[in-house]
Amino acid sequence: MMKTFACVAAVSLLAGATVLAQTTINGAGATFPNPIYSKWFAEYNKLHPNVQINYQSIGSGGGIQQITKETVFFGASDGPMTDEQLKAAPGPILHFPTVLGAVVPVYNITGVSSDLKFTGPVLADIYLGKITKWNDPAIVKLNPGAKLPATDITVVHRSDGSGTTYIWVDYLSKLSPEFQSKVGVKTSVNWPIGVGGKGNEGVSGLVTQTPGAIGYVELIYALQNKISYGSVQNAAGEFVKASVQSVTAAAAGAAAKMPADFRVSITNAPGPGVYPISSFTWLLLYENPKDKAQGKMMTDFMKWALTDGQKYCAELGYAPLPSNVVKMEMAALAKIKGS
Amino acid sequence: MIRKQDLGFRLGTGAFALVLILIVVAIGFELTRQSMLSIQKFGLAFWRTDTWDPVAEEFGALPFIWGTLYSSVLALALATPVALGIAVFISELCPDWLKQPLVFLTELLAAIPSIVYGLWGIFVMVPAVRVLETSLPPTLRQLPVFSGPPLGVGMLSAALILAIMVIPFTSSVAREVLKAVPGAQREGAYALGATRFEAIRAALFYARTGIIGAIMLGFGRALGETMAVTMVIGNNPKVSLSLFAPQYTMAAVIANEFTEAADQLYLNALIEIGLVLFIITLVVNGLSRLLIWSMARSGSRSRAAAAAAPAEVTAA
Repeated sequence: MMKTFACVAAVSLLAGATVLAQTTINGAGATFPNPIYSKWFAEYNKLHPNVQINYQSIGSGGGIQQITKETVFFGASDGPMTDEQLKAAPGPILHFPTVLGAVVPVYNITGVSSDLKFTGPVLADIYLGKITKWNDPAIVKLNPGAKLPATDITVVHRSDGSGTTYIWVDYLSKLSPEFQSKVGVKTSVNWPIGVGGKGNEGVSGLVTQTPGAIGYVELIYALQNKISYGSVQNAAGEFVKASVQSVTAAAAGAAAKMPADFRVSITNAPGPGVYPISSFTWLLLYENPKDKAQGKMMTDFMKWALTDGQKYCAELGYAPLPSNVVKMEMAALAKIKGS
Repeated sequence: MIRKQDLGFRLGTGAFALVLILIVVAIGFELTRQSMLSIQKFGLAFWRTDTWDPVAEEFGALPFIWGTLYSSVLALALATPVALGIAVFISELCPDWLKQPLVFLTELLAAIPSIVYGLWGIFVMVPAVRVLETSLPPTLRQLPVFSGPPLGVGMLSAALILAIMVIPFTSSVAREVLKAVPGAQREGAYALGATRFEAIRAALFYARTGIIGAIMLGFGRALGETMAVTMVIGNNPKVSLSLFAPQYTMAAVIANEFTEAADQLYLNALIEIGLVLFIITLVVNGLSRLLIWSMARSGSRSRAAAAAAPAEVTAA
């Protein structure tokens, strides 16, 4: 009896001790990586019960604002911070790519069941309103086998500000100077034509309902909902369908020219087998954090996420980082000043 | 001499009323303060510019103002006759056993979250609207109100879903107002040999200020509705008369773009949209008050005339 009591007392003491020692680190930002971040934070907490990481998926813009105001310890964004935004922060902020995402074209054409092929300039012209029919010679030339009807193209885009839009217009702007000058790159843009759907579900809902519609959604969303999507020509001239492998290949291809701050767009990346509409998503950390203890914990977490953590990518549909990028990030993590 | 207890009660409730005024003032102040960058840069042009370009940082609210007012007015035009019909039926004509179920069902409609309306709209109503739009005869399609491709999403869908959402509000308040009409009004009408229709018309006339209030409540609801509208309106900031055209509203653009807006001017412009919506709501409410007030005044005059009329009859 006495023994049991002692045991219980010891356990509760221990429990009390861990509760006391537990540190909560707060972060906020992009919604796109939220599923894997939540998984990581939960798994990491199992390994290190003293570290509790709290993440609010309020959007990339919100994440950048919160870290700039230092209301959270780390931020997360689907687009890199601009020079102007970095200047507004009280100290230097470092970017760390965590996983990769991709954006795929989806469409609904009566009588066409095969996967269509697209090129950047053709997609740009469709989104500029210059190609208005599905049997336009430019599309027919890419898809000689498909029976393309003379249906009007209905362009669907995201209505909410989104990293998905950012990646899509970043790619179109690289391939079409006209798109670059008329529309440009941001999480929301001034679309020349089309209708806006809210979220991936809004866009795919509109596309599946409207005959002749074309839209773009996250690769993960298309995979999870088994929506078929087209292939896109990459910088090497191949037509590639987005997959976890072809997206990781895009990051590996871009690693050769990786800038030291990792603020890089990997759309239209060079190399064979690369899916061209791919992107990193970044975690944002202060180089010289106010709370050194949390800085140390967060660096340890990042080291785990970039190595062991990457194995959770596959089950959630994210593309893992290529090993050469991980190596570069490990070196960069050493810059963070922690106790 | 006011008793102590009375004084305390008066001060207490007065303080609550004062808090309400302070909240409204504080909202207006804060919206102005947070949109200062945009106000300084665009000035009054913000109200009449139709470009919304976050990349070039050129912002104008006109397409959103237009979309909000157009969709709300259309919704009101669609909803008011139906809502008043429901109210009249329930309060004047409905058999007793049906009354409670009908009241319950209209109030249930008001309790459905707007996201549910939105999802229903996008999956059920929009395809139906598209069929309606494609089946429109080509001669009618020449008219500017029906121009553009039949997408299903657009102004018409937004107005329809708003109308459905507004109906329970307007009809519930109108029903309560009709219930408050003294029985003597109807009895008097019957006594003068009025038909049932004429008696109801008299009751409606008696209750008109309250009914205008009910309609305005619906209008306010339509102006501010966000989620359901953004899911079916097509979210395209272009000013257009066409019912088929995808358009945009003020509440929708704030909900859509606020989370990802990271630049100061962009954020300020979005908050200024909120300020514009706030001002428009205030003006609309003010105008409806004015309308009710003027009607009540002319009403008291006509009531006096009506009171005088029977006297003349007896005199004759």
